[in-house]
Amino acid sequence: MSTPEAGGDLARFRAGVWSENPVLVQLLGMCPTLAVTNSLENALVMGAAASFVVVCSNLVISLLRSWIRPHLRILVFTLTIASFVTLADRILQACLWDVSQKLGAFVPLIIVNCIIIARAEVCALRSRPLRAVADGLGVGLGFTLALALLGAVREVLGSRTLLGIPVPGAGFEPWIVMVLPAGAFLTLGAVIGVVNHLRGRAPKGAIG
Amino acid sequence: MTLETLIAIFIGTALVNNLVLAMFLGICPFLGVSRRLDMAFGMGCAVTFVITLSGMLTWIITHGILGPLGGALAVDLSFLKYLLFIAVIASMVQLVEMYVKRFFPALHSAFGVFLPLITTNCAILGTCLLIDLRGYSLLEALTFSFAGGLGFALAITIMAGIREHLTLCDVPEPLRGPGITLLVAGILALAFMGFAGMMR
Repeated sequence: MSTPEAGGDLARFRAGVWSENPVLVQLLGMCPTLAVTNSLENALVMGAAASFVVVCSNLVISLLRSWIRPHLRILVFTLTIASFVTLADRILQACLWDVSQKLGAFVPLIIVNCIIIARAEVCALRSRPLRAVADGLGVGLGFTLALALLGAVREVLGSRTLLGIPVPGAGFEPWIVMVLPAGAFLTLGAVIGVVNHLRGRAPKGAIG
Repeated sequence: MTLETLIAIFIGTALVNNLVLAMFLGICPFLGVSRRLDMAFGMGCAVTFVITLSGMLTWIITHGILGPLGGALAVDLSFLKYLLFIAVIASMVQLVEMYVKRFFPALHSAFGVFLPLITTNCAILGTCLLIDLRGYSLLEALTFSFAGGLGFALAITIMAGIREHLTLCDVPEPLRGPGITLLVAGILALAFMGFAGMMR
């Protein structure tokens, strides 16, 4: 894994999306990944909310980094993140009431999402604001893409729709298990297996 | 409120809507600490303790402090909930860590970073949020949080038992580690779906 100072801001952004993808490679933030991916719409909204929080908290922590004392840092991180999550929660309730009801407790649970705390600790605490924002955008996009992939697979197989629109040519019986909790574990396990297989075949330099 | 409601909440939370296998709360320790049976059991006990205490305390804070204070000031203080919840949980975890360090030093060093990480265990914050969302009474909140903790302990202990046997199996290369663990968890979740027949 590369240090946060290696490479440019663009490289940080790309690392967050693929070689250090928070869900598929680092296996962080598992709870929302499994819980909200029963449809593509939920997955996209969750990804957007978490991206908003990680970008904002990275920026604030990067700006505060010279004042943060080491033993108080986790407290500062959690309180910063909790403030932005409260904001995101209120915005979702105002603009997307239906989806925010479906996501339920998982929007406030972004507070304890380990991806965001890990980015604050690994990157924002020792980088300048621009790099911290680039890192937040990359990780946010990587998280959203992983969620969207799982959401799409589970929605197509489980309810034969994509974003609520019936998939043409899907004549098979819907696999009910895919939208149930067990399907989440099985899909994620299989996807991680495939990603590991692809990464194992990639040239050595491509692995972060 | 009758005894039947409490029993229904207890069984419903511990088995049917198991925190880990049906609600996806607390997956990180479930995957991270389930390699050895004794550690998994210790983790389950610690989480049960923290969950029960913080469930109670956050209920008291929401209904005993935020409600009346907001009424007195004529402001809706519910936006402070998340901040207060996480502060309560962090202090409970600190308490458990001091206790374990004092009385079970071996367990303390085996847990390593996972003990303070209980703070960011979504099972605990999730339980507090669900109590608030569903508008439980104090007694219901106590039953719900205790049963949730027991359900977590049960799931993580079963998982550790299976994984101790898995070390002897020949698993395909890309699936080693998290891949096979998640597949096993999926099958375990399927098995737990059978408990749904208990609730009519």
